[in-house]
Amino acid sequence: MADSITAERREIVAGFKFANNAVSIEAAPAASRTNLRATTAGAKSFGKSISLELPTIMHETASKAGRHALKLGPDEWLLIDTKNINDSMVPRLANKNFSAVDISHRNCAFVISGAGAANTLNTACPRDLSLAAFPVGTCSRTLFGKAEVVLYRTAKDTFRLECWRTFATYVRDYLMDGAKDAHI
Amino acid sequence: MTKSSSQPYRIKGAGTLSRARTVQFTFDGKSYEGLEGDTLASALLANGVHLMGRSFKYHRPRGVMSAGVEEPSALMNITRDNARTNPNVRASVQELYDGMKAESQNRFPSLSFDVGAVNSLLSPAFVAGFYYKTFKWPAKAWDKLYEPFIRRAAGLGESPTEEDPDRYSNRFAHCDVLIIGGGAAGLMAAKTAAAKKQSVIICDENPKMGGWLLADSDVRIDGKSGAQWAADTVAELQAMDNVRVLTRTTGFGYFQQNMVALNERVTDHLSRPDPDLPRERMWQVRAKKVVIAQGSIERHMVFSGNDRPGVVLAGAAQMWLNQHGVAVGHTVGVYAACDTGYAAAFDLYEAGVNVAAIIDHRAEVSEDLLDQAKTHGIEVHTNANITSTSGRLRINGMTVETSNGETKEFEVDALLMAGGWTPSLHLSSQSRAKPAWDEATQRFLPGVSPQDCVNIGGCNGLDDLDAVFAEAIKAVGGKKTKIEITDDVSTAGGAIGIVGPEEHKGKAFVDFQNDVTAKDIKLAVREGMHSIEHVKRYTTNGMATDQGKLSNMHGLAIAAKLLGKSIPEVGLTTFRAPYTPTTFGSFVGHDRGSLFDPNRKTPIHDWAVEQGATFEPVSLWQRAWYFPKGDEDMHSAVDRECQTVRKAAGVFDASTLGKIEVVGPDAAAFMDKMYTNGWSKLKAGRAKYGIMCREDGFIYDDGVVGKLSDTRFHVTTTTGGAPRVLNHMEDYLQTEFPDMQVWLTSTTEQWATIAVQGPKAREIIEPLVSGANISDEKFPHMSVIECKVCGVPARLFRISFTGELGFEINVPAGYGRAVWEAVWDRAEPMGACAYGTEAMHVLRAEKGYIIVGQDTDGTVTPHDADLSWAVAKSKPDYVGKRGLQRPDLVADGRRQLVGLKTKDPNKVLEEGAQIVRDPEQAIPMKMIGFVTSSYWSGTLGQSIAMAVVEDGFNMMGKSLYVPMPDETIEVEVTGTVFYDPKGEKLNG
Amino acid sequence: MLLIHCPYCEDDRPELEFSHAGQAHIVRPTDMDGLSDEEFEAMFFIRDNPKGIILERWRHSMGCGRFLNAVRHTVTDKFLKTYKAGQPRPTDKDIEDLLK
Ligand SMILES: [Zn+2]
Repeated sequence: MADSITAERREIVAGFKFANNAVSIEAAPAASRTNLRATTAGAKSFGKSISLELPTIMHETASKAGRHALKLGPDEWLLIDTKNINDSMVPRLANKNFSAVDISHRNCAFVISGAGAANTLNTACPRDLSLAAFPVGTCSRTLFGKAEVVLYRTAKDTFRLECWRTFATYVRDYLMDGAKDAHI
Repeated sequence: MTKSSSQPYRIKGAGTLSRARTVQFTFDGKSYEGLEGDTLASALLANGVHLMGRSFKYHRPRGVMSAGVEEPSALMNITRDNARTNPNVRASVQELYDGMKAESQNRFPSLSFDVGAVNSLLSPAFVAGFYYKTFKWPAKAWDKLYEPFIRRAAGLGESPTEEDPDRYSNRFAHCDVLIIGGGAAGLMAAKTAAAKKQSVIICDENPKMGGWLLADSDVRIDGKSGAQWAADTVAELQAMDNVRVLTRTTGFGYFQQNMVALNERVTDHLSRPDPDLPRERMWQVRAKKVVIAQGSIERHMVFSGNDRPGVVLAGAAQMWLNQHGVAVGHTVGVYAACDTGYAAAFDLYEAGVNVAAIIDHRAEVSEDLLDQAKTHGIEVHTNANITSTSGRLRINGMTVETSNGETKEFEVDALLMAGGWTPSLHLSSQSRAKPAWDEATQRFLPGVSPQDCVNIGGCNGLDDLDAVFAEAIKAVGGKKTKIEITDDVSTAGGAIGIVGPEEHKGKAFVDFQNDVTAKDIKLAVREGMHSIEHVKRYTTNGMATDQGKLSNMHGLAIAAKLLGKSIPEVGLTTFRAPYTPTTFGSFVGHDRGSLFDPNRKTPIHDWAVEQGATFEPVSLWQRAWYFPKGDEDMHSAVDRECQTVRKAAGVFDASTLGKIEVVGPDAAAFMDKMYTNGWSKLKAGRAKYGIMCREDGFIYDDGVVGKLSDTRFHVTTTTGGAPRVLNHMEDYLQTEFPDMQVWLTSTTEQWATIAVQGPKAREIIEPLVSGANISDEKFPHMSVIECKVCGVPARLFRISFTGELGFEINVPAGYGRAVWEAVWDRAEPMGACAYGTEAMHVLRAEKGYIIVGQDTDGTVTPHDADLSWAVAKSKPDYVGKRGLQRPDLVADGRRQLVGLKTKDPNKVLEEGAQIVRDPEQAIPMKMIGFVTSSYWSGTLGQSIAMAVVEDGFNMMGKSLYVPMPDETIEVEVTGTVFYDPKGEKLNG
Repeated sequence: MLLIHCPYCEDDRPELEFSHAGQAHIVRPTDMDGLSDEEFEAMFFIRDNPKGIILERWRHSMGCGRFLNAVRHTVTDKFLKTYKAGQPRPTDKDIEDLLK
């Protein structure tokens, strides 16, 4: 059997799009993702391996050439590559200072944008999403209804929401229900 | 008085409603006309209707008493359709809409003739403590007699019969200042805070902000009427980006750290609501500072006959006149203990209503008020009291005892009560401030809250607008400004408890909705209820849907007097959320139907749906249960699936298994701590069954773990156990073994897991695999390898949960469906089947493999489960090692997991059934264990079961009994491995 | 809903993001085998249930994922202090000061 991929990759909510006068919600295209748990040294050396200096302050992010690094915990980063979506970022050789695990298929993402984006999220997310409390470039794990999510504010009125694959339909439907009140 | 023909009590020129906008509505089937902006109560009053309900216990005729949420009596059923029937709606606050259908409650057959009113004649039987005294024994009577009686008697409203079709929504919000109450105080605070660029949310329960400014016709603020000033201020606020103005929104609950819950009613006032609008919206607001400006509530007066329709609060009469343009009657009496009663009387007089007399309970009244009354020609009796009233369905007269003991009769068709104002302490108390008694003004005021919250205006006991504005500005750190205020009436003073003669001939009501009289309170005290909480429960004072907003202070004063204690000594009952009744829908919000819980589906789910699989829920997952063919029932489908797996092969979706990746130089050492067996010596490329215990030695989870390299493990957990196992591991890693260099990642959803089991398993998958030799020699049972399947990076396990030759292919979830189909395309022509969880259960039970949570219950050790082989003897430490040495866990006679075979091979035991040694013993029998798993095994042609039985390992071959309701089933104790005990099939 | 200060996130976060994780400062002995039955009982089963100050663990499970310690008053539910796992237990004097 050939080494080339003969199977089709399916995203759970591929192509989903919704918009009203206050907010638009779209499924983000497939991406490559890595969960990095690391010491300070480990984060540095991993960053080098993907040519992206990882943020060192909690909830900060760094982006370059379609790659995003989100610092979610003291020793935890979520890495998202929106360009090379089928390439793993996990180095071949083990490194004693970090654990890199491919989670490209574990997560999927929505992009929520528009004047009512924060309102839509605040339907079921208890966090203060004002620009002062959650500035552009900030990320955080939190919850949306009963789903664990990662929020990443990419612009004044744009959020990327990452959730686990099997929570995607729940999150999608909840966002759409919340969107009905987003203009308020 | 100029009347409109269809609405005889509507007064031209009065109020703020537009005459042009009329609406039609029905009340108890009769059609009426009202105006847009009316409440249901003001519209009925405009039509001269005072009789709006019957009381709860005595079924006494009752009218509307208030213009606010404190309303105890005018409760209605408002119906839109079968699913939208709202009971206990207060007519005093329900906004009228075109086509409204309102029905009175608690009456049969009609409001004016009610059979239950006979209760009133029997009233000696319904005194305080009635429920406690009457409905006691025998216990059986509760089902058949008492409860149905109470439910029928307690006829307050009817629930809708259909599911609520409306939407409810929720919003988490944050702000610098939350202001609860949009009266004079709240609006001024909002204006001040907003000017300082703070983010402000201001809410008010009414459709229009302004509070009592809307009722007061005389007040002037900076030259404007109070209502105009309020409207202008609201418009100013609405235009600002940093302010959110919420009308029809009640702050009903105050929780820790300035978390306040608001309930916004979005559509209940609309004739034809947009279906996209939520009926209600819950706001969960976290505020840096909370300003409570709830205002105060006018008290009624406690005297005989104070409950006849037409007896209303003075402030309410003033609101109906000045806001809605409605007069409460042609000839009104006023019973006052506070100056505001005079203001109401003068307004009505000026609108053309006759004022029969003002009866003032007080001896001292300001000369100014008496002069004004004189000018209007209104008779005033000071130091006088009303001793009784007359009229059946509406008041028609009042009897007055004057200061010199004379009795005077007046004909009236309405009576206004001005008992003084009670500051609303509800939210302040919910914020955990203790109410403080103010002796000088005889009222409770808000105490100091442990939270950053401040009370302003009426709820803080202020009586004059000047002071209210100054306090509001100060509360939000504003600068004092000069505001011109004229003609403000003081709300100070009043009466609490019984007014006039201490003993009344008739009923002097304290709590109207629950029919609690002054006499009932006294009886309760005499019968030994000395705590106010006991008095409340014994008499039900303050326990109705209005929660005693009118009655609590009166009840307290009466009890205190009889106990010879001061009011603060007796103390207030506890204020609890919600401030006003709040719908369940509002609490549920979005979380219903498909949004109640996430419904987790594997990447292969849709394929199973297409194949006609039946599903079962397992934690939040939907799993394919079995795949019926043709008209197969479950039994035959499962039988076929099991036997196909044993004879050819089966393909099973195991994607729901929990997966955790353990990575780092100390990975093996960490695994050694977390699992009962050893991992350091395991070779990379090998897999092993692991048991995880809690510190107490009981089985917590289990699963197969593959060692991918010396620093990387692929751990599997039970389907439901994944989150708690990861939490358990993180806990130890972070807090007990923080120096270990190892990290955990949940990979449950990264991988789709396809199990291929059966003699033909290798033949099915071999051509799809690249980068691995999966022959029996190179890839023996319990191996793992990273390779490719269909060209997709995969983790392939040689593993079996059926006892047959087996593989589990893990591929990234997005490829799961495609790889599954590729496997299926090969499997099906080879006679294999897809099988579901039921067949999986049978197959594993035939082999005696346990399921944690089914065959274990948190009190089973690995030894009890006959898994001692999976417990390392030489490891210095692992979680559970010390626990397993506890005396009880090493004692003889523990419940142990064994197999059971029924004597009659066709009899399948019930899971959970109890097991006894001797079926002839007396009842209650001593049970020595229970069945944990039980199935029909088609392969073996007999029923098989597992059970935990006391001393089970020593009972092999013995007979035990399972008593069932209709028979006793004899069973033989066996080992748990029913099929292929030597395990030869695994190594095919 | 409480607001809990996470010492790792250095921010106040809604209670919904946290899960309670039992009493704090119960150290698992390195020599578990050496524990008597009574010591094991005290270590594993016996817990404080004070009316007043309690030292307890929480996990910022829907946030940074870290376990943390808290000093909370069980009557007012007020968090007097939160601190990182592994940091020393506050002294009685520290707690007295917090209560001021
Ligand atoms: Zn945190």
